[in-house]
Amino acid sequence: MPRSVLQWLCLALLLFSSTLPLQARLKVVATTADLAALARAVGGPHVDVLTLARPTEDPHFVDPRPSYLVRLSRADALVHGGAGLESAWLTPLLQQARNARILPAAKGNVACCEGVTLLEKPERLDRAHGDVHPAGNPHYLTDPENARIVVHHLADVLAELDPAHAADYRANEQAFLAALDQRLARWQARLRPFAGARLVAYHNAWPYFARRFGLRIDLFLEPKPGIPPSAAHLASVIAEMKKDGVRVILLDPYQDRRTAETVARATGARIVPVSQYPGGVKGTEAGYLELMDYLVEAIAAALEASTSRSETSAPSP
Amino acid sequence: METLHLPAGLQIRAGQFYSPFGRINGQHLHQWGFVDAPLVVARLLGPDGLRNPGARLSWLLPTPFYSELFVAVQNSRGDGAVPFRAGGHVHGHEAEETLPLGFRPAENDRGISAWNDLLWTARYAVSTDLTDQQTLLLGTSAAFDPNASGAEGQPDTQIYGIDLFWKWKSPRAHAGFPFVSFQAEGLVRRYQLGAFDWAEPAEHGQHFLADALTGQPAFLPQETVTDYGFYTQLLYGFRPRWVAGLRFDYVAGSRGDYEKTDWTFDGEPVGRDLLRRQRWRLSPNLTWYPSEYSKLRLQYNYDKRKDIDDDHSIWFQFELSLGAHAAHSF
Repeated sequence: MPRSVLQWLCLALLLFSSTLPLQARLKVVATTADLAALARAVGGPHVDVLTLARPTEDPHFVDPRPSYLVRLSRADALVHGGAGLESAWLTPLLQQARNARILPAAKGNVACCEGVTLLEKPERLDRAHGDVHPAGNPHYLTDPENARIVVHHLADVLAELDPAHAADYRANEQAFLAALDQRLARWQARLRPFAGARLVAYHNAWPYFARRFGLRIDLFLEPKPGIPPSAAHLASVIAEMKKDGVRVILLDPYQDRRTAETVARATGARIVPVSQYPGGVKGTEAGYLELMDYLVEAIAAALEASTSRSETSAPSP
Repeated sequence: METLHLPAGLQIRAGQFYSPFGRINGQHLHQWGFVDAPLVVARLLGPDGLRNPGARLSWLLPTPFYSELFVAVQNSRGDGAVPFRAGGHVHGHEAEETLPLGFRPAENDRGISAWNDLLWTARYAVSTDLTDQQTLLLGTSAAFDPNASGAEGQPDTQIYGIDLFWKWKSPRAHAGFPFVSFQAEGLVRRYQLGAFDWAEPAEHGQHFLADALTGQPAFLPQETVTDYGFYTQLLYGFRPRWVAGLRFDYVAGSRGDYEKTDWTFDGEPVGRDLLRRQRWRLSPNLTWYPSEYSKLRLQYNYDKRKDIDDDHSIWFQFELSLGAHAAHSF
């Protein structure tokens, strides 16, 4: 009796595993939705892209769900940031995934930060500075110029893993870069009037965006990365905002809205919902370029509203 | 020590590790949602759980959902294998004045001469994401090994368990909060008690178990007893760094033949086996994490042991983690 059960099991497994190799599409797993969007843009119909972290959740803290293990165990490529953002939950998953194709140094392990110059690389590591990433600030994709580097990297990797469709990957890369060039000029023009404007963010996730568009995003509701806001720290932020006339607060979907609202009330600032991930804010699901469209427009509109208000509310001489 | 890529979804780990049995047993103390181990786990697997040097093979099955099979073989001696060949002198606080499990000492360690003298554990776990926010994990486990109960015969232990873990995490989770998790485990243990004759300790003038009527030293034949129980626990991370918890515990044992005679031990009448008596407990708690590396926990236990008074206890736990530490699995 147990022998026949075993035979059935073997037969079932055989049938199941024999259906797998028929799938010709490359199986790509991306840690975050921004990387997934770029992988889709390059891979087009030749890749199946699965995203691990939800676009609305804190990418530093993702549960290593068992289903992620299954996805990773079957992936042809793993697309990750490579700058420590996901390492806390990705490392143990990789150790359990038993997939040589995506282990570090394998062709299918795509660390997208390669070739990107990371900002804010700490001179020394110390928990006293909060949750600092040793490799530098990992939120580099908010600069479209870095997306250019990542897309080129992805096209290289996909072409190498799937030479039959290399020409398609190259064509997709060129199409994406052309669209990016076109929009980048528009984005820069939209934000140029606000050059030098100062903004508040909850977490230090926007230095790349700020540098590209000539903004100053250097006031944070968190006293240190990963450390929750304290009353004393918020008071100093409010004082600084009033002194400099800062009227815009950037808030990711997973960050504490109440804290931001308290600060907004005290300063008359407006809260702009932002996300580094397509789908993190409603209407940005379509992809990376659409997300950047939204970010530029939302931030420009908020800056516009705040300057026009301060002009109208300014006391007459 | 663990392999990274064997073919066919296999992985081998060697060294000192927790046996793949249930959920709590595989977790480090600082991952527990409560100050203490569930009653059924502490009683059936031992106060330190199942943890010994050995080797483990795991196989990630090629199913569309997560499904993994673990088989481990480990040394069956020591505090990490109490229900097996650890002997009756766990931790040294099993003093001579108290009766060991089954009213008989564990002097029947027959050594390791064959594969089945080692501790064998097997576990099969499946998991699926019910929604983008909810994950369910189910497992079933078994452990087998000879034990050292009594002085004669070939007694062994079989332990079976089922476990369930469900977790919901907010789609806008920040630093892992808010979340709700539910965890439950049920265990059954079939424990063979080896035969033991109290005449020898009596001759040597030591404490001995005696028939209350005749005063003669007891002879306890081999028999099999069954212990069982479960726990359920609910954790609610209601705001960043704050978790409220509630746990219900239950453990009991079938009445053994050895418990059906009126015995005295050292002149005192002996009731039912204290180490197998029914017991339940209710434990609410509150945990605060001042940082990722520390926690403060307040817990109340209402503990009801059959034929013994109720116990009320309040626990305060402070924990500080130092040094590098790898992230935990789900």
